[in-house]
Amino acid sequence: MTGAVLSRFRVLALLPLMAFLSGCNFTVLHPAGDVAWQQRDLVIISTVLMLIIIIPVMALTVLFAWRYRQSNTEARYEPEWHHSTHLELVIWAAPLLIIICLGALTWMGTHLLDPYRPIERISENQPVPANAQPLEVEVVALDWKWLFIYPQYGIATVNELAAPVDRPISFRITASSVMNSFYIPALAGQIYAMPGMQTKLHAVINEAGSYRGFSANYSGAGFSGMHFRFLGQSPADFDAWLASAKAGGGDLTRAAYLELEKPSQNVPVTRFAQVDPALYNAILNMCVEPGKMCMSEMMAIDAKGGLGMAGINNVLPLTYDKFARRGTVFGGSPAMVVGICAPEDLVTPAASVGAFAPRQLAPREGASAARILGAGLPAPSFTPISAPADLLAPAARRPSNS
Amino acid sequence: MSASAVSQSAMSAFSTPVSPIFGRLTLESFPFHEPILVATFAVVALGGLVVFGALTYFRLWGYLWKEWFTSVDHKKIGIMYMVLGIIMLLRGFADAIMMRLQQALAFGGSDGYLPAHHYDQVFTAHGVIMIFFVAMPLVTGLMNYVVPLQIGARDVSFPFLNNFSFWMTVGGAILVMMSLFVGEFAKTGWLAYPPLSGISYSPDVGVDYYIWALQVAGVGTTLSGINLICTIVKMRAPGMTLMKMPIFTWTSLCTNALIVASFPILTAVLALLALDRYFGMNFFTNDFGGSPMLYVNLIWIWGHPEVYILILPAFGVFSEVASTFSGKRLFGYTSMVYATVVITILSYLVWLHHFFTMGSGASVNSFFGITTMIISIPTGAKIFNWLFTMYRGRIKFELPMMYTVAFMLTFVIGGMTGVLLAVPPADFVLHNSLFLIAHFHNVIIGGVVFGMFAGIAYWWPKAFGFKLDPFWGKMSFWFWVVGFYFAFMPLYVLGLMGVTRRLRVFDDPSLQIWFIIAAFGAFLILLGILSFLVQIAVSIKNREQLRDVTGDPWNGRTLEWATSSPPPDYNFAFTPVIHDGDAWWDMKQRGYKRPLEGFKPIHMPRNTPTGILLAACAVALGFALIWYIWWLAAVSFVALLGIAITHTFNYNRDFSIPAEDVIRAEDARTRVLAAQVTP
Amino acid sequence: MTIAVTSDSAAAPIFYEVDEHAHPDGGSTSLGFWIYLMSDCLIFAMLFATYGVLGGNYAAGPAPKDLFDLNLVALNTTMLLFSSITYGFAMLAMARGRIGQVQVWLAVTALFGLAFLSIELFEFAHMIHEGATPQRSAFLSAFFTLVGTHGLHVTFGLIWLVTLMVQVGQRGLIPANRRRLMCLSMFWHFLDVVWIGVFTFVYLMGMLR
Repeated sequence: MTGAVLSRFRVLALLPLMAFLSGCNFTVLHPAGDVAWQQRDLVIISTVLMLIIIIPVMALTVLFAWRYRQSNTEARYEPEWHHSTHLELVIWAAPLLIIICLGALTWMGTHLLDPYRPIERISENQPVPANAQPLEVEVVALDWKWLFIYPQYGIATVNELAAPVDRPISFRITASSVMNSFYIPALAGQIYAMPGMQTKLHAVINEAGSYRGFSANYSGAGFSGMHFRFLGQSPADFDAWLASAKAGGGDLTRAAYLELEKPSQNVPVTRFAQVDPALYNAILNMCVEPGKMCMSEMMAIDAKGGLGMAGINNVLPLTYDKFARRGTVFGGSPAMVVGICAPEDLVTPAASVGAFAPRQLAPREGASAARILGAGLPAPSFTPISAPADLLAPAARRPSNS
Repeated sequence: MSASAVSQSAMSAFSTPVSPIFGRLTLESFPFHEPILVATFAVVALGGLVVFGALTYFRLWGYLWKEWFTSVDHKKIGIMYMVLGIIMLLRGFADAIMMRLQQALAFGGSDGYLPAHHYDQVFTAHGVIMIFFVAMPLVTGLMNYVVPLQIGARDVSFPFLNNFSFWMTVGGAILVMMSLFVGEFAKTGWLAYPPLSGISYSPDVGVDYYIWALQVAGVGTTLSGINLICTIVKMRAPGMTLMKMPIFTWTSLCTNALIVASFPILTAVLALLALDRYFGMNFFTNDFGGSPMLYVNLIWIWGHPEVYILILPAFGVFSEVASTFSGKRLFGYTSMVYATVVITILSYLVWLHHFFTMGSGASVNSFFGITTMIISIPTGAKIFNWLFTMYRGRIKFELPMMYTVAFMLTFVIGGMTGVLLAVPPADFVLHNSLFLIAHFHNVIIGGVVFGMFAGIAYWWPKAFGFKLDPFWGKMSFWFWVVGFYFAFMPLYVLGLMGVTRRLRVFDDPSLQIWFIIAAFGAFLILLGILSFLVQIAVSIKNREQLRDVTGDPWNGRTLEWATSSPPPDYNFAFTPVIHDGDAWWDMKQRGYKRPLEGFKPIHMPRNTPTGILLAACAVALGFALIWYIWWLAAVSFVALLGIAITHTFNYNRDFSIPAEDVIRAEDARTRVLAAQVTP
Repeated sequence: MTIAVTSDSAAAPIFYEVDEHAHPDGGSTSLGFWIYLMSDCLIFAMLFATYGVLGGNYAAGPAPKDLFDLNLVALNTTMLLFSSITYGFAMLAMARGRIGQVQVWLAVTALFGLAFLSIELFEFAHMIHEGATPQRSAFLSAFFTLVGTHGLHVTFGLIWLVTLMVQVGQRGLIPANRRRLMCLSMFWHFLDVVWIGVFTFVYLMGMLR
């Protein structure tokens, strides 16, 4: 990009490199999705804008270093010259002007390309049709693989993502344990996948093809193998892909998910024909484990001022954990807050706790308001939360820097 | 699911019981099964034995203890900081070479030669060591050595604290080095983001080594920051108003202000992480209301000022070097000072640009992106100031000046890619990629490392009385510069190809050539480091030919060149009086005559072993906490407190250098100078 | 100091001080200690910020109004405020050069400090006994850490105070000891100011939450 710069160091360094440049696949500079294209444009425009000042500076550096070398006695020598108001104005104003341009560009670009903002165009001259139904994908970063849930189609895949070309895609992204970053360079910029939080990304793929996707944030031992194929497909191919997933069988229940989320590396592509519809929200709210309180519920309770002294012992030893974690040396064994509502209540009336049966945990059938449970606690004087519809809705925690 | 169960080893670590005597330290904690580590240990142990034997044979222990380890002389402490930085550079660079090799090899189904468990420690240790135990000691050492001389002081404000700070930094370095052979280091990346660094996902000792090494060293850094601020504010020679301070002193002042205003944040955030890990608290955990993003915010509120802590003194060095070797006053001194101050303040308003991709809103991202770009305005002004310092000068291309020109050409590229990364949508595609790696090595090597080498070459004759060998210096220079471009330009390219950082194996064979070029670049840098060591050895051997008796080998401009090389313990027989920003230049122009009589006794601080003892206790305490050896933790903590209190009962911390000694030293210098004038 | 620094007369510029001006011993101590206090203040600022972020995350457990006993905290605050006043009296006595009075007031200060610490420990023990441990929620982690760090500072202040009493007893009110008393005074008042913040921000506002 900056090969035109005349500097002996750079030319020296870049010459052998330039030879390779033509044969390489610069995904970031030649992406296949409209959002990534716009981001690429911003990269190039910003670079060019800065080169306006960088190139003269580099040229002047070389020129002055050469011209005013000690052996060149013909050059003027003014040992006391150290101030010039005009020059000072220029050297502060020139970067300032560039930064004003760049700042304006940044402000507009950041708002237009905000990953949370639904896209308005499919490509440069093609707005999103009014009746377009975006493809919804729920993304979960696991140790160390990616789970993709298609709520509109009721299927899920591991380490394979497909989308039809020219159809807006709406990603909702979270993680099960540690921080990762969801990145498909050909499609759009990355966004972090963080446990207990949800991030969003809107994008569209314009060219059919198979692209790389991966985690861009180091997440532990299996990080290097944490990549997947992203398939941009024609609508017909996409339908065929859906059908094959449906035909493949497999049911991603909570139990299956708890097995899946255990740490594993270089996991091959897996497809599930059926998905528990409440699963994603349970993952996001960190309550797939039976009996654990969902974060949405916890946040709603906290917003009401907590559960009082009665809530203190509403904790159980954590018997299940994907990492078989141990407690801290002074902090006792690991624990979890016991749920008052079953996570299923949030979406479906059906309640099935499964095999897990914490001691003295009352069965949680129905949706009665006096359901507060705990490790053998008497029911405290707790005023039930009055507006369950919106408060207990699986409102995701957004990263807190917004 | 053909998944390999990887948590097995982690689970076995859980079940290790905590012994009352050895804590969780067992024979298995020593990596006998890792041939690379065993070999490294053998080499280090052998080298250590040789050094130990040589010191014993030549009976140098007493000398080292009396004249160096317990010394409160800012010059000796400065030199010891530099030695620490260079030793740790070798360790940090060994990690770099290992990474470059692994990434160049691990293609086409090959797993490379480092297992994940080892590789992940290597890149974490590389980052931690290079920032905390190479760059920081080099920067602090240079400031320690030069600042009191530049302001005409006899020592720093708190000489004992200075010694203590140094040994705490060494203590941190010792803990990091220990993790190589006892247990393991963190496998989390250099900033140890939770939840990965929490007890659930990192149950081993690695993160504990990380926490306590940085806590121990952090105490030293903070105290050294307070010390140098006081020194600069209170101990300037008469006549040296703020706007007559040498520019290196200005950048040091700003750097130390940054240290004092940012390292406590690091201390606090690491303490909270430790509470999570030791007491099961929930600051940064996923459950119980903890917030991992809080950690990311807090650590970058420290982390961004940290990069300016490193670069500002380097800017100061380049300013001194550019004006000295151009034989000219620094262009735009005032705007240089204001630029430095503006950078200092703005560095607190940009931290979020390290995680635009964590889903902050567009307005927040734009705000932090634009504040980041604004920093490039004063930085750009500085570049122009150096440029116009060269303009109409008489540039002598000695080694420090060569580094300055290389810096100006290299740093602008790094600055440009940095501003590019400050545009949030551009950061979305380049964040965490090798482009980012290339960017910050571009500014840290091109800025800080070149600055430190320029500073070492520039002030070496002041510290030791002879110049460095120019041939090997130039070898080192060219290897470093060319090696840098070979090592990091390919990473820019790879970043644009969408390759992310910290990967251990690759499956796209077309990438390999770039990694091989980068590895070749790292090899050139290795030659650069070796040339630097050879340069020092050759210079010591040829010190008589390279001797400088004037004390002013470069025709310098600031006060440190007014005294002899090396300076006497008391720096200046008489406190200088300043009339001009370039004080020594002004003195030379206006016919300054060196005083030859009237010497008086000089009041100086006395050496003390307390600093090294306190730091030793701190290391023992850190080690005990890492391994859960509670009795040792208690003993070392009580010892720490006891020694500190005992120290306060010593009221007799000064002595006077008798006038005869001053007269003897000054007369010797008079004779040397006279001999030189009439050969 | 005998030279006129600004005498820039071209005739005989003065480039060095013939008469060594004595650097007053410990001339930088007060500035250095101030800077140290500000860096310590930053640690508290971080802990306050952390409490501000996490203070509402009760993890479906108890909230401030379930746990705090304002009467006890008010008593505690009184102890610390009184200790600041008595330290002030010690400094007044120091200014008058009365060693005995200084020691008495320092001892009284120490007693108030001890009372403060005891009440705080009682409060902590009570909460932990009830099950409101620092592990129970992020709010409790942040609470115990912020208040506990303040308590730890008071503890070190007490150790320092006792050390100083011994030193004043041994050597009297020599300049070095006066300087140290001055530093401890700043430290003690600083802890008082921080406590006012804790009292307001954690306890009072916590009850209102």
